[in-house]
Amino acid sequence: MKPAPFRYVAAQSVEEAVSLLAEHGDEARVLAGGQSLVPLMNMRLARPAVLVDINPVEALAYVQANNGHLAIGAMTRDAALERASAAVAHSNLLIEAARCVGHPAIRNRSTVGGSIAHADPAAELSAVMLALDAQFVLQSKAGSRTVAAADFFQGYLQTSMAEGELLTAIQLPQLAPNSGSAFVEYARREGDYALAGVAAVVTLAANGSIADARLALCSVGPTALRVSSAEVALRGQQPGAEAWASAAAAVKAAVTEAPSDIHGSASYRRHLAGVLTERALALAASRLK
Amino acid sequence: MEQDFLTVRVKVNGVDKRVAVEPRRMLSDFLREDLGLTGTNLGCEHGSCGACTVLVDGQSVRACLMFAVQVHGKSVMTVEGLASDGQMHALQEAFWEKQGQQCGFCTPGFLMSSYELLQHNPNPNEAEIRHAISGNICRCTGYQHIVEAVQAASEKA
Ligand SMILES: Cc1cc2nc3c(=O)[nH]c(=O)nc-3n(C[C@H](O)[C@H](O)[C@H](O)COP(=O)(O)OP(=O)(O)OC[C@H]3O[C@@H](n4cnc5c(N)ncnc54)[C@H](O)[C@@H]3O)c2cc1C
Repeated sequence: MKPAPFRYVAAQSVEEAVSLLAEHGDEARVLAGGQSLVPLMNMRLARPAVLVDINPVEALAYVQANNGHLAIGAMTRDAALERASAAVAHSNLLIEAARCVGHPAIRNRSTVGGSIAHADPAAELSAVMLALDAQFVLQSKAGSRTVAAADFFQGYLQTSMAEGELLTAIQLPQLAPNSGSAFVEYARREGDYALAGVAAVVTLAANGSIADARLALCSVGPTALRVSSAEVALRGQQPGAEAWASAAAAVKAAVTEAPSDIHGSASYRRHLAGVLTERALALAASRLK
Repeated sequence: MEQDFLTVRVKVNGVDKRVAVEPRRMLSDFLREDLGLTGTNLGCEHGSCGACTVLVDGQSVRACLMFAVQVHGKSVMTVEGLASDGQMHALQEAFWEKQGQQCGFCTPGFLMSSYELLQHNPNPNEAEIRHAISGNICRCTGYQHIVEAVQAASEKA
């Protein structure tokens, strides 16, 4: 359980990090919190020749509200996110999901950017980013571009980031007025990856019917999954058990590639996806503001 | 692409250290092999078990998931840093009194996680204690006595 030898460079700035990435191409890997990359290196499933450590880049660690939007630096630790007042003010689901990532000692290191870049389908924050219509800022030596979360997650541990790109920031639009949100998951033990997790946002119209809903799940497929069929089913309905049940049925129909392993069968995960959808929607609807 | 050695300057349990290490040297092996601080135990070496928990600048981390070069300029506290002047720390006393350990392998990690908790929250309730130690695995005690020990230590302090 020791990593293979590599060259280590502590980048002091985004500029330095992206030029190192440009210089070393696919030989280089970014080191953020290390809570996913280092286990892979210890098991020699990853053997980068050059490790570009971005922990010294303090300019990438922030949580800021700008006109209601929320900007999160890629190196923001999950422990910092769960306590950031700007994040608390933005949405319940962001905080609830951050608290589900591993354990306190993991969250002291793991970063928001690392979770997104790693693209583990079990990562709570991937589902949150889909549900909140996040935009990701990617920087390379050639310049920067912005990619929507919906276009980012391509497959198991695969994203639309190109070689040489560094994820620098996450932008979350403000929730519409009269919205509530929630994140709920089920895991066998506190801090474990969930068997299923649901991020929900509910927005009501002036007449009390559902104007808009957003639902995204983790741990039930090769990527985090946004379920637009369930969102469409909810629109125009009155909030309540009947509406939540119709969304749960749509979610279960959409979960066709749930994994099966010693922690839970695919059919159990599908069942959980439905139950947790109802709970997340009910909780979100109880929090309108 | 290999690099020979990099110099790490770090304060460990209050003492300045300066050691040249290979970049791939884990913090855990650095503490155990280079500094002889074998109190930090290594269980899984991939972040799951929590046995190697130490504090870096006051925050609990897995020593098996950090490279020694990453603690350059920082301050590290290990289980050896708990006792002072030959006196066990209140947490260590409480683990002893409440039988919060059996084989003892996981104990250093539990002590460091609990120490971090009591630094921020001197009077935690049971749920807060269980949350704080959720990342530490013990295969002997069933956790009950560990929770009681942390509670007892918080009452003593
Ligand atoms: C015991 C344990 C339990 C865990 N439980 C959970 C859990 O319940 N839920 C969960 O979601 N996660 C969990 N994790 C995973 C953990 O939180 C991950 O480490 C995290 O998702 C990845 O973030 P990181 O900052 O540690 O990234 P790293 O491990 O440093 O990097 C991961 C990957 O992303 C790349 N990368 C990182 N940052 C950037 C960037 N800014 N730009 C481009 N590429 C980048 C790296 O090169 C690497 O390929 C757990 C980990 C452990 C050890």
